[in-house]
Amino acid sequence: MGVRLASEGGFKPPSTADFELPPVFGDNPYTTKPVFLVFFSVILVSVFFILASRKAAVVPSKLQFAGESIYSFVRNDLARDVIGHEFMRFVPYLFTLFTFILTNNLFGIIPFLQFPTMSRVSFPYVLAIFTFVIFHYVAVKHKGLIAYLKEIMFMPGVPKPVYILLTPIEVATYFLVRPLTLSLRLFANMFAGHLLLLVFILGGEHLLQGAIGLKLVSPFAFAFGIGLTFFEFMVQCLQAYIFTLLTALYIAGALADEH
Amino acid sequence: MSLMSISNWAAAEEGANPLIPHTAELVVGFVAFSLLFLVLRSKVVPMFEKAFSERTEAIQGGMEKAERAQLEAEKALAQYTTQLNEARGEAAKIREDARVQGAAIIEDLRNKAAEEAARITAAAVASIEAERQQAVTSLRNEVGSLATELAGKIVGEALDDQVRQSRIVDRFIADLEKSK
Repeated sequence: MGVRLASEGGFKPPSTADFELPPVFGDNPYTTKPVFLVFFSVILVSVFFILASRKAAVVPSKLQFAGESIYSFVRNDLARDVIGHEFMRFVPYLFTLFTFILTNNLFGIIPFLQFPTMSRVSFPYVLAIFTFVIFHYVAVKHKGLIAYLKEIMFMPGVPKPVYILLTPIEVATYFLVRPLTLSLRLFANMFAGHLLLLVFILGGEHLLQGAIGLKLVSPFAFAFGIGLTFFEFMVQCLQAYIFTLLTALYIAGALADEH
Repeated sequence: MSLMSISNWAAAEEGANPLIPHTAELVVGFVAFSLLFLVLRSKVVPMFEKAFSERTEAIQGGMEKAERAQLEAEKALAQYTTQLNEARGEAAKIREDARVQGAAIIEDLRNKAAEEAARITAAAVASIEAERQQAVTSLRNEVGSLATELAGKIVGEALDDQVRQSRIVDRFIADLEKSK
């Protein structure tokens, strides 16, 4: 769509350049909008949950109830149901993961912030590395290094010739596909979502400046942009959930004794 | 895949590959996430867990308390029932004892009364007999002396002689008894 518009008028379609935000102070790469947003999310999440959990009352206030709902969702529905009896060790990590991703994703549709930090690929990479290190560490500690590698490379109960095919797939799955899909899924969803919103909102704006016929079309572009914002909200929550769920699944796999 | 083509196209046009991470952002992501993790782990998770366990405890405590109260009530009820049964048994025993005792007392009293009556009757009989004897004796003496006196007056003969006197009295009485 952007291409078509570009060919018709002087519209410059949104591109990856829209994600390369310049530093606010001089050339310092630590002063870009995504960096500020990430730190803002840390402060926001910390303050909210510290206030919500400070009293730890048996009969919760509204604020405590709100915080508890999110916490118990991660604790019970994600950690406990997936990992099993040893889940409590991993609750802090999964809880941090979920709240951090969710907040940063939601920045994409919060007015004035309006930038999903996870559309900067570096952040999903960092999170995927954390998960990667944790589930391998848990598995090595639980099963022993040799047994764990043997389980990955030579899956039990498989005829020997199949290993020629299976071993490379399994090794790739554990050491390459898992962290890559984890980070790229989150990144791509946020990236594409933001790009879509840019196309419709900026496109609508551009149409408004065009001829009278184009002006009439412009509200449709805006309406679509608003509709997509609601859709994005769903995707943002879903991606935070999926990232946390998959991490919990990988940890559960690391703790499971049999494949 | 369509995303890849978009980004490739965009990269070709703009020159930036969105899949290449920035060092600054990697560092920031690492630091920020670690920071958040430390805060949530030390301040938030323990507090929520505390609230959860306290809530569980409160509910369990309430249930245990209710159970304990019920148990106590049941125990008390059992105790009361036993006591009531014991009391009933005791009352029945006491009634039975009283009945037996009453019967014994009545029997005893009856015997005593009968004895007393017999004694009184015997005493009365004895006393009547004694009085009769006494009356007979005194009558005999009086009648004797009276008769003697009368006879003496009539006959004019002194019947002072004791032997004679008594022989006359005896004969008189014998006559009296015969005429009766």
